Amino acid sequence: MAGRVITITSGKGGVGKTTATANIGIALASQGKRVVVIDADIGLRNLDVIMGLENRIVYDLVDLVEGSCQLRQAMIKHKKFNSLFLIPAAQTRDKMAVSPDDMVALTDELRQDCDYILIDSPAGIERGFRNALEPADEVLIVTNPEVSAVRDADRIIGLIEAADKGPGKLLLNRLKIDMVNKGEMLSSDDVYDILGLEIVGIIPEDELVLSASNSGIPVSLNLDSKAGMAFNNVARRMLGEDLPFMKLDAKPGLLRRLAQFFGGN
Amino acid sequence: MTSLLNRIFGRRNKGSGATAKSRLRFVLHHDRINLPPERMEMMKREILEVIIKYLVVDKERVEIDLQQRDRSHSKLVAELPTAPGQGSPLRAQMAAKAASPDAMDANSA
Ligand SMILES: Nc1ncnc2c1ncn2[C@@H]1O[C@H](COP(=O)(O)OP(=O)(O)OP(=O)(O)O)[C@@H](O)[C@H]1O
Ligand SMILES: [Mg+2]
Repeated sequence: MAGRVITITSGKGGVGKTTATANIGIALASQGKRVVVIDADIGLRNLDVIMGLENRIVYDLVDLVEGSCQLRQAMIKHKKFNSLFLIPAAQTRDKMAVSPDDMVALTDELRQDCDYILIDSPAGIERGFRNALEPADEVLIVTNPEVSAVRDADRIIGLIEAADKGPGKLLLNRLKIDMVNKGEMLSSDDVYDILGLEIVGIIPEDELVLSASNSGIPVSLNLDSKAGMAFNNVARRMLGEDLPFMKLDAKPGLLRRLAQFFGGN
Repeated sequence: MTSLLNRIFGRRNKGSGATAKSRLRFVLHHDRINLPPERMEMMKREILEVIIKYLVVDKERVEIDLQQRDRSHSKLVAELPTAPGQGSPLRAQMAAKAASPDAMDANSA
């Protein structure tokens, strides 16, 4: 097996990298793929709680690269999927404890028996980002439809291209379709016009994302969730399906607009 | 009436989304070449100063612009219409110098 390494990154922090990593990982596993997700945000471990695995951690990424444990010991199996594993970040160590070469060595080993290795990158452009970028076959850049987030995405895209890892693909997160329709938010077309990268997913703003992080059950497992659906669609597109985007971005039909207009809604 | 048509036909009126887009274009334009807006203006003024030493240009119609195709391809495009019917300022200067005795000395030295 020759697994693909996909790094999930962003310029600005807090745009949804960890949420995306957990949900795409789960969605790929639910399609029967063998997946390892790696939390590369050393010092700010988060992916474990988002995936509901915080109470199973014994060893972490730093233990692994320092040789204090075997690969298998640092891979935490997901409760629901036998083919999904997490390698958690160290919480009390410095980013310098791991090097880009360590990450290449680790992922080369994982590639042997996985389909996908997803790396949750920390925000910013320093060591942690370099660690996450170095082993990537493909880079997914998460952004929100906001001026500051798109600006910082552009900067990170420049760095990714300079490192010969481009062109990345975009994941547009937290889109509020009612605001887009009112002209009060950047649309996915606007973001595409500006950044010029393929968009592999449009994830709507969804309160269920917060409920999911409260419970440790990612939203892609919740079939009532629009964000969950959208994450599942991203995974299916990654697996080669030619899926249209969910009807998020479509303007409402003429009749509905008439009704809205006359109904004052 | 237009706003009513716009609302019914869902045409995007200029909300803050459009403002966000144009502001983004502006900041990225400068971020990508690492030249902030004020320094760009300085550069344009300096370019113009050099040009008018050699050419009489119609300053009102001068346009110096940075065009950006994408993240890594930009070009500086300058349109400098010359003012009609006037000679080159440099030639005029040289003529003035030639007429002055100092300049003659400098030339013969
Ligand atoms: N589609 C969404 N709808 C609503 N809330 C969301 C959505 N995506 C993310 N969030 C919320 O945004 C916050 C930040 O998400 P997340 O931790 O995934 O971002 P991050 O990019 O990993 O942050 P950091 O840069 O700190 O690592 C969380 O509170 C999360 O619940
Ligand atoms: Mg994170």
